[in-house]
Amino acid sequence: MQRHLISAADLTRDDAVLILDTAEEMARVADRPIKKLPTLRGRTVVNLFFEDSTRTRISFEAAEKRLSADVINFTAKGSSVSKGESLKDTAQTLEAMGVDAVVIRHGASGAPYRLATSGWIDAHVINAGDGTHQHPTQALLDAFTMRRRLVGRDAGLGKDLDGRRVTLVGDILHSRVARSNVDLLHTLGAEVTLVAPPTLLPVGVETWPCDVSYDLDSTLTKSDAVMLLRVQRERMNAAFFPTEREYSRRYGLDGDRMAKMPDHAIVMHPGPMVRGMEITAEVADSDRCTAVEQVTNGVSIRMAVLYLLLGGNEPAVTHARTTEEK
Amino acid sequence: MSKTLIRGAKVLGGEPQDVLIDGGTVAEVGTGLSAEGAEVVEAGGKVLLPGLVDLHTHLREPGREDSETVLTGTRAAASGGYTNVFAMANTFPVADTAGVVEQVWRLGQESGYCDVQPIGAVTVGLEGSKLAELGAMHESAAGVTVFSDDGKCVHDAVIMRRALEYVKAFGGVVAQHAQEPRLTEGAQMNEGVVSAELGLGGWPAVAEESIIARDVLLAEHVGSRVHICHLSTAGSVEIVRWAKSRGIDVTAEVTPHHLLLTDELVRSYNPVYKVNPPLRTERDVLALREALADGTIDIVATDHAPHPHEDKDCEWAAAAMGMVGLETALSVVQETMVDTGLLDWAGVADRMSFKPAQIGQATGHGRPVSAGEPANLTLVDTAYRGQVDPAGFASRSRNTPYEGRELPGRVTHTWLRGKATLVDGKLT
Repeated sequence: MQRHLISAADLTRDDAVLILDTAEEMARVADRPIKKLPTLRGRTVVNLFFEDSTRTRISFEAAEKRLSADVINFTAKGSSVSKGESLKDTAQTLEAMGVDAVVIRHGASGAPYRLATSGWIDAHVINAGDGTHQHPTQALLDAFTMRRRLVGRDAGLGKDLDGRRVTLVGDILHSRVARSNVDLLHTLGAEVTLVAPPTLLPVGVETWPCDVSYDLDSTLTKSDAVMLLRVQRERMNAAFFPTEREYSRRYGLDGDRMAKMPDHAIVMHPGPMVRGMEITAEVADSDRCTAVEQVTNGVSIRMAVLYLLLGGNEPAVTHARTTEEK
Repeated sequence: MSKTLIRGAKVLGGEPQDVLIDGGTVAEVGTGLSAEGAEVVEAGGKVLLPGLVDLHTHLREPGREDSETVLTGTRAAASGGYTNVFAMANTFPVADTAGVVEQVWRLGQESGYCDVQPIGAVTVGLEGSKLAELGAMHESAAGVTVFSDDGKCVHDAVIMRRALEYVKAFGGVVAQHAQEPRLTEGAQMNEGVVSAELGLGGWPAVAEESIIARDVLLAEHVGSRVHICHLSTAGSVEIVRWAKSRGIDVTAEVTPHHLLLTDELVRSYNPVYKVNPPLRTERDVLALREALADGTIDIVATDHAPHPHEDKDCEWAAAAMGMVGLETALSVVQETMVDTGLLDWAGVADRMSFKPAQIGQATGHGRPVSAGEPANLTLVDTAYRGQVDPAGFASRSRNTPYEGRELPGRVTHTWLRGKATLVDGKLT
């Protein structure tokens, strides 16, 4: 494993499978009466959130606490950042307090990369989402969810997603989730198709390792997983599409469309879901929708990433069990 | 005044000759010259050029003296071989009145390193809505001839038309920063494969090209002349080429960095590469070089844009746009145009001295190296190769994309009206 996790593109197939396998081990901790491992005892992790994200921050915090790390939460609102302090100064201040790892969420693409490579700090850097660039732990938890559902919980160990067909629908242009997923799913052997109106696809998307389509219906029948991405209503005002209703008609997933999907196929959503526009309540609440499972899996994935970056080389839970038994 | 004899210099890259400076003037050019009491500079085959003229420099004074002052900027200019620079109007306050342009002009006079000709803003406060007092700036002591809202585009077609028409009264020129604002909202870098991958807002080529197309047609319609700042795309070159073939009075400039660097460098997320217009693709770079060689692009201009360290030592989105360029321009031009065989040294003199002086009407600059002409001269050691070390820059800012990069050529001497401002690479 590398020192930092900045982009899903940085992960080799073996790295990614190791993280998914480790996450399976971590998931077992959640089944225990005491959901805690001593693995990161004495380590300090700061959650450096320059952008609002309750979901991701709590997920990381839960993962850190289950590994017994000391956790510092930092949000930009009401902090020295709102008084004009720079990312560099903020990070250096936190490191001066003895931080071992920084989990950073930032509105600017590339901010975690700068933090990891500029020499400002020595701590490990984990990207919790930067601008429209990357959100690698989201891609990992999505892949983990797919592997569990499509390959099998225990049968999936050591395996990738070779040959699975995944369709991502929605605002690809502004989505760090889409970029991360395309990179990671390609590494894991899946075939990815992006579906969106042309206005919500980036110039240059033809060079990405995936197919592109403007037509959702034609891709549904051959998808093992359909992942819906959030479409912000303000995009409509910026002329990315004419009306909410038109978007919903062409790219929303309702019961009729879901029925076209193969029986085993799943519906995914990184959340928060905008019901009625991109997904109907019928689909969101169906057994095939993994949105809630993805949240649960997010904690296991983040535990695995933190453990592998900060912990050791030995299998996480085996080591932890031994410690516990002592 | 003293005399200086430059012995064995390749004037415009030609055969070695001697050049005698007497006072502020070139007294004689020939072989085997001697002059009693003259200070002798052994050129030893170095190339002698007319003092360089930069039509596009940001000196930051007044208002951002932490980035640059007229004094530090003109010292940087002298280090880079320049004897005349045009100072852009986006200062604080904006150079949109006779008072501000006169202030900049006087500071230039006092510096003694390089002549400074202020550029006046086209619109009040660079806001694009109301014409600035163009005539008053022209009639001021600064004698403004070039007007630009650089940093911003004069995007309103009617305002641009009126400006082009108005400056005809006194032979001025409008220098346009071609950037359609709506197409570049949130733009962080060139729109293309790299921006899509990095998740940075894209600055599409068409945002530049559409404004250039509009403005050359406006210039044709009103019978005025327009100058296009920092061309950056292959498409822009084609439009300017078409406009010139149609007889439209348009001139254009390219920066050294757009002749050398591509958007692939942005993968580092290092804000030293953040510039406006953004670094483009290899295809664009090659088209710009060809256009400079064949004269479609008239001149090289630095767009010297100094910023303090803290404005670049941050995340990409928060960083200021721009890079310093006065002290490395000639080296980059040698690397991209001379060493590639696209341009000889006479061509460099044309693109970096004669033509920019013509466009900006810089009296006394951009003149031939011959007897009776002002002794504004630059001596270049073209055989030199070395790594760029910004620690040695005279500019107050260090935001260069070339740190540690090996580049050819080094300016060893600069003379402003016969007075040496740079000797053996050291400012006087």
